[in-house]
Amino acid sequence: MQTITLLIVLAPLLGALIAGLFGGTIGRGGAHTVTTVGVAIAFVLSALVFKQIAIDGAESFNHSVYIWLVSEGIRFEVGFLVDELTAMMMVVVTFVSLMVHIYTIGYMAHDEENWPEGSGAGINSYQRFFSYISLFTFSMLMLVMANNFMQLFFGWEAVGLVSYLLIGFWSVRETAVFANLKAFLVNRVGDFGFLLGIAAVLMHFNTLDYASVFNAVELQKDVTISIWPGSEWNIMTVIAILLFIGAMGKSAQVPLHVWLPDSMEGPTPISALIHAATMVTAGIFMVARMSPIYELSEVALAVVLTIGAITALFMGFLGLVQHDIKRVVAYSTLSQLGYMTVALGASAYAAGVFHLMTHAFFKALLFLAAGSVIIAMHHKQDMREMGGLRKYMPITWLTSLIGSLALIGAPGFSGFFSKDSIIEAVHHSTIPGSGFAYFAVLAGVFITALYSFRMYFLVFHGKERMDEHTRSHLHETPWVVTVPLILLAIPSIFIGGPYVGSMVFGDFFSEAITVAPAHDVLSQVGFTSAMGMIGHGFLTAPFWLAASGVFVAWFLYMRRTDLPAKIVALPVVKQIHWVLVNKYGFDDFNQAVFGGGSRNLGTGLWKVGDVALIDGLLVNGSARLVGMVSAVARHLQSGYLYHYAFAMILGLLALFGLFVVG
Amino acid sequence: MIALSDYLTVGAILFGLSMAGVFINRKNVIILLMCIELMLLAVNINFIAFSYFLGDSAGQVFVFFILTVAAAEAAIGLAILVVLFRNRRTINVAELDSLKG
Repeated sequence: MQTITLLIVLAPLLGALIAGLFGGTIGRGGAHTVTTVGVAIAFVLSALVFKQIAIDGAESFNHSVYIWLVSEGIRFEVGFLVDELTAMMMVVVTFVSLMVHIYTIGYMAHDEENWPEGSGAGINSYQRFFSYISLFTFSMLMLVMANNFMQLFFGWEAVGLVSYLLIGFWSVRETAVFANLKAFLVNRVGDFGFLLGIAAVLMHFNTLDYASVFNAVELQKDVTISIWPGSEWNIMTVIAILLFIGAMGKSAQVPLHVWLPDSMEGPTPISALIHAATMVTAGIFMVARMSPIYELSEVALAVVLTIGAITALFMGFLGLVQHDIKRVVAYSTLSQLGYMTVALGASAYAAGVFHLMTHAFFKALLFLAAGSVIIAMHHKQDMREMGGLRKYMPITWLTSLIGSLALIGAPGFSGFFSKDSIIEAVHHSTIPGSGFAYFAVLAGVFITALYSFRMYFLVFHGKERMDEHTRSHLHETPWVVTVPLILLAIPSIFIGGPYVGSMVFGDFFSEAITVAPAHDVLSQVGFTSAMGMIGHGFLTAPFWLAASGVFVAWFLYMRRTDLPAKIVALPVVKQIHWVLVNKYGFDDFNQAVFGGGSRNLGTGLWKVGDVALIDGLLVNGSARLVGMVSAVARHLQSGYLYHYAFAMILGLLALFGLFVVG
Repeated sequence: MIALSDYLTVGAILFGLSMAGVFINRKNVIILLMCIELMLLAVNINFIAFSYFLGDSAGQVFVFFILTVAAAEAAIGLAILVVLFRNRRTINVAELDSLKG
């Protein structure tokens, strides 16, 4: 088992190193072969591990591979913990990554067109891209397979680094450079909380090992800590909230979500792999992994629930006003991440993780389909210039439809099982804030259906609004693009039903995830079978909300295409629309308060501290003082010999006087 | 019998004269050099007087050294003076003020 886990991690790393360091030598074909094979090995072995752990019921594997250092009894190790949760994540990560590797061969085939003539950064960009995505797979696997906080943090930062590199992959585009800097800075805010959380764990448990920490939480649950004098906080609440701040950065929860829509500046395969399917779910995974800690703090759960509910509902609204096809999918990702967070807050970790899995498949599918459309449209992303693509790109059309249906939770599709479980779980939750969260996730269903099918109708149906030149070149994308779409469409339909019983309502995750009996909402849902759930699904509010969302989308964007503009022109709607177009002002606020504030602070420090104090007072001031003193003293230097001689005699007399008197 | 104090008084008068020459003279560098020579001679008188009254001949040996050095100094001083005159066309002390700050 240890050999297998090591191989799973190292195969993508090796691929990344070969493609990255020897990309020029092995060429394009070599680079994509070596990285794809590396990830394929990781996928096959992950599937094997999943089979052993999940199906054959093997013991979960927890073993240290390498001791980096031991300091005052604290061990810093590299180790792997493979239980049901990790095994599932490994399969999802490696599968989506493999699909994205194959897809990228098609998507990046003409990457040289994206670089200006003679650009040095454009040399071997194709190989570099493959190196990065393999490196990402390695980092993500290190993150999910960690058995201690240090390795978790390593993986956490490594995926952040690769995300940074890939958002700014087209480094000659100014917007891409701004976007990756933004992602990096916002994630620093989250990581600061995350690091403090790990420090708090280390301080109170004196170990970084998951198992030791989780064994000790029961004993420590009533310990309090005084953050500032006069305020006592439960240590579990502090740790849980600090760790969740990290998750808010990585999983893009309000108010640290601002980087995710901008990350769409990166190439589409990256948006699918990193910013939809895997990396952004690291926060969800982490909270689920830390469930023994979160279960001890109702305050932290309420925070998680509320933040998730706000994200789920309000980010969905933003998807309604976007015209860029990728941005619509990006806001939908934000909203779905909100759903997962809501599930975590309601202690329905299994439902959250299950939604993570189904979402990884259908959202990667939607992104790759959007990328396929973008390829066909010659890298135009504005939906107002699309329409009627259905007859030109049948495979993309069909897979997009499947992805959209899974996203809105149409009964039978994978998204239905995960999303309905979350909604039902929140309905039964008694955590403070669950009432609002229930409303948010229900309203979110309607919004999700509306923006998903707005995009679907605008892109694939209706009038063909593109220019004549683009239309004449429209055709289905090559097989390297469509095969991953088909392969992702299959789990998007079928992964839900067979596994919902065991994963969400069964005891599949019982070893990996701890749920306090008082919080166990999933057991109250009254699940019978997947078929029963589908049958029941047609009768509940989410289905009708989703159906009405689809209908409204159809009515507005197919039937009465003049209506959206008229609605937006209405007095009150106009203001709401303005707020939505400005994304609730988060960007402007950050720009003005944090960006402007730091700039003003910097200018102030520069003007006062540097120019006035250091340069003015200390450096130039002492020089000026010397000048002033010497301006007086120079009058003593007459240049006449007899004056100097006279001074000598005076000095001599003074010394004599001193000698005689003393 | 001439007492030690008489010799010392002569020495002091000579030293005072030469010092006054250094201050008061504002015209000629040669006079300056002469004053310095005179100063050395005043010192020599002191040396010889002490040597004689204390019965220690080391003072007289010192005087020989000082005379030798004074001769050498005069030679160098005059040579510098010649060069100075060539450059500045003057040996007027009041005009030699290039060290003025």
